[in-house]
Amino acid sequence: MTSDERLGLVRAGLAARHAREWRFRFYGILAILAALSFIAILFGMILSRGLPAFTQATLTLDVHFDAAVIKVGERPTRTGNQSHAEYAKAVSDWERKMTMVNWNRLIEAAVREAAPDTKANSREILSIVETNARFELRDMLVADPTLIGKTVQVSLLASANADNWLKGNIDRALPDAQQQLREPARALADQLKAEGKIRNAFAWHIFTNVDSRSAPASAGLAGAFVGSLYMMLVVIVLAVPIGVMSAVYLEEFAPKNRFTDLIEVNINNLAAVPSIVFGLLGAAVFINYFRLPLSAPLVGGLVLSLMTLPTIIIATRSALRAVPPSLRQAALGLGASKTQTVFHHVLPVTYPGMLTATIIGVAQALGETAPLLLIGMNAFVAQVPATPLDQSSALPVQIFLWQGNENRNFFEARTSAAIIVLLGLMLTLNAIAIFLRSRLEKRT
Amino acid sequence: MNTAIIAALLLILLGIAYQTGCSRSRSLTLAGEARLHSRPVYHGALVAIWSLTPALLILALWALFGDTASRAYVLAQLPPETSSFAPADLDAAIRRIRQIESGFGIIGDAQPWENQVAQALREFRILTSAAIIAAAAGTGALALWFARSRISLRLRARNEVERMVSWAMIGCSIVAILTTAGIVASLLVEAIRFFTFVSPIDFFFGTVWNPGFSTTGHGSAGEYGLLPLLWGTLMVATIAILVALPIGLMTAIYLTQYASPRLRGVVKPIIEILAGIPTIVYGFFALVTVGPFLAGLGNLLGLDIRATSALTAGIVMGIMIIPFISSLSDDIIRQVPRAMRDGSLGLGATQSETIKRIILPAALPGIVGAFLLAVSRAIGETMIVVLAAGNSPYLRLNPGEPVSTVTVTIVNQLTGDTDFASPQSLVAFALGLTLFAMTLILNVAALYIVRRYREQYE
Repeated sequence: MTSDERLGLVRAGLAARHAREWRFRFYGILAILAALSFIAILFGMILSRGLPAFTQATLTLDVHFDAAVIKVGERPTRTGNQSHAEYAKAVSDWERKMTMVNWNRLIEAAVREAAPDTKANSREILSIVETNARFELRDMLVADPTLIGKTVQVSLLASANADNWLKGNIDRALPDAQQQLREPARALADQLKAEGKIRNAFAWHIFTNVDSRSAPASAGLAGAFVGSLYMMLVVIVLAVPIGVMSAVYLEEFAPKNRFTDLIEVNINNLAAVPSIVFGLLGAAVFINYFRLPLSAPLVGGLVLSLMTLPTIIIATRSALRAVPPSLRQAALGLGASKTQTVFHHVLPVTYPGMLTATIIGVAQALGETAPLLLIGMNAFVAQVPATPLDQSSALPVQIFLWQGNENRNFFEARTSAAIIVLLGLMLTLNAIAIFLRSRLEKRT
Repeated sequence: MNTAIIAALLLILLGIAYQTGCSRSRSLTLAGEARLHSRPVYHGALVAIWSLTPALLILALWALFGDTASRAYVLAQLPPETSSFAPADLDAAIRRIRQIESGFGIIGDAQPWENQVAQALREFRILTSAAIIAAAAGTGALALWFARSRISLRLRARNEVERMVSWAMIGCSIVAILTTAGIVASLLVEAIRFFTFVSPIDFFFGTVWNPGFSTTGHGSAGEYGLLPLLWGTLMVATIAILVALPIGLMTAIYLTQYASPRLRGVVKPIIEILAGIPTIVYGFFALVTVGPFLAGLGNLLGLDIRATSALTAGIVMGIMIIPFISSLSDDIIRQVPRAMRDGSLGLGATQSETIKRIILPAALPGIVGAFLLAVSRAIGETMIVVLAAGNSPYLRLNPGEPVSTVTVTIVNQLTGDTDFASPQSLVAFALGLTLFAMTLILNVAALYIVRRYREQYE
């Protein structure tokens, strides 16, 4: 074969080869576009569903605290000859009477005043107001006893069903039998909305209220948030120091022997153990053996600490590895001991890296759900936990609970809103890490 | 209240001890001409460690056994008429007494003897906590005094402190080993208890999963066949890998070989966002968006795809694993020596030919390692399948049907009220053991391959 013939052969195949090249490149671009579009769809879905849930239909009513309905006297004051127990009994009797007052009548009267020509009966009227509105009125009166007999403008949440109807989360064309609200109630809601007596107000209670089953429209994330906060604290207090210490030991001190090798293999393997296995460990050891309380953030924090430990160790080790050996040699050369070298010279340089490791670990702990389900943190808890040993929920678990709620139309949006809060929190964590990192790196 | 007192006490002790060590050693240098072996800081630290350790030890012992002690005291104080109580009633009585003692109300009126015992318990508690705090403070002070008396010019305080620090570090490193040991031990113990109810053969080779409910009695009434769950797990994981491997690998190839540094700098972090999203969010995404979309698509094509199915869970899990595969492969591809690539390009191969014939074969072991890690990830993933796989433990071939997996079943069997005596909840540990064994093999194999690969090119 002459060189001309060979050249001809190469030329003949060139077009096909170039076509293959372009096709390959195209596949690469396609893959990236696919990955990016998944992200876009995911965030688009969450935002489009969740953002509307941050505003909620709120009624503005003129409530008349009718003395004829509220037939409870003033809060008893302690008289001189009363024992503590008698006084406590009198107060609790008074509180019971306050709760038994027919607050719903006040609400109904206020709605009727706002829409005098409504055909809705009292049940239908009350179905558009959130069920805990009566407790809000009671608390108002308890806080300010002078309200009695006065008319006050009050904002009350509309019920979840009314919110669905007004936001169009439920198909308006559905027949009556499939609607949650009866026809007069729907007409009433529309009328109040048109007259501006129902507005979409920012739903602050998502952040300040605890979870609620009887009053879903007022359910909030406060309890879950505090639970997650406690768990993150436990992780910071336990996993971070232990992780950093063992990373320092393995990277700087440990002799190369089989024991060190064992620890290393162990840590790498633990990093890839499914999180649910840590949940099983927690259930068997912390709950069943040590008899720690179920649903407690302390136990959740312990489980999450064990889970995030390998992550923190691995991240800290890579930060330590990045420190130039000349730094160590200089310190050792000037007569510092090994420990002094590491703690006085190497560790300060790696603060940004350790910070990143901490944030990675805490973010991982914040988003984890599965192990928490096994230690009972999916219990319904309607209070903010006061200590890490109280029953509590956690943000991701709250998301899990809300997505399973029967009132799908309402809770799909509510769940997305909770997801936005969770992602926002993680984003904030990472932003803080990036900010601190740049500050720290500039200084050194 | 008590915690605050104890914390304050410990802080005070710490401060005094440290100051004592520092000032005592410093005064030695001022008095004489000779120099200290260690700097005063180390003397301070040594005294602080010496004095805090016994105090903390006493408090820890009290935290561990205090509850038992107060219970024993209550039992001793109970009047004779309670001696005929059944254990459960006795527990209830003790709980009532403790509630009275702590000042919370109880249901119903308190018996006179209950009030009496509660009063005694209150005195006991105040007395013991005072005694414990005093003992902790006393031993702390004693140890402080002893450590102070040890201070001399020649005391090697720095070496001692450094030795203690290194022991503390070794202790921290052992936590990882203890965790693994704890996982293996707890899974094994509970799984063996499960196998006293159900024979391992029935468990590992059974084809029917129907555990029944624990309320219907403690017998092994249900059937505990692992195979349907294993099948579901493998099906979901396979679908996930089929989605993630091509996309992840092609992304890594494009970003390392073709993309400009600017594009790479933008796209890589964005894709890695996917790795930071909590899995519950993916689960919700699968349930609310992907499932209905696939069901609609199936309708359009005349296929019967359910909204919650192996396909839904698998695809979403694949999306979750994309950044995992892409960043691991990215690292591995970049480790292939540049000379190999340049040689191939210099001989006239196109870029894609170089990638396919030179770079990928060279990087293959590493990519296999990444693949194994991804499989292990997919097998152990829980929340996506809990929400989107449909939880139906039957052997079915069609990926459009709902399935159940090992992880889903663990969650189902162990949530809610659990007693650790019924096979219905113990089976979760047998399943966990299976899961742990599978992922362990995959992880160790993957780590071994990746490590060998690194050594090859380093």
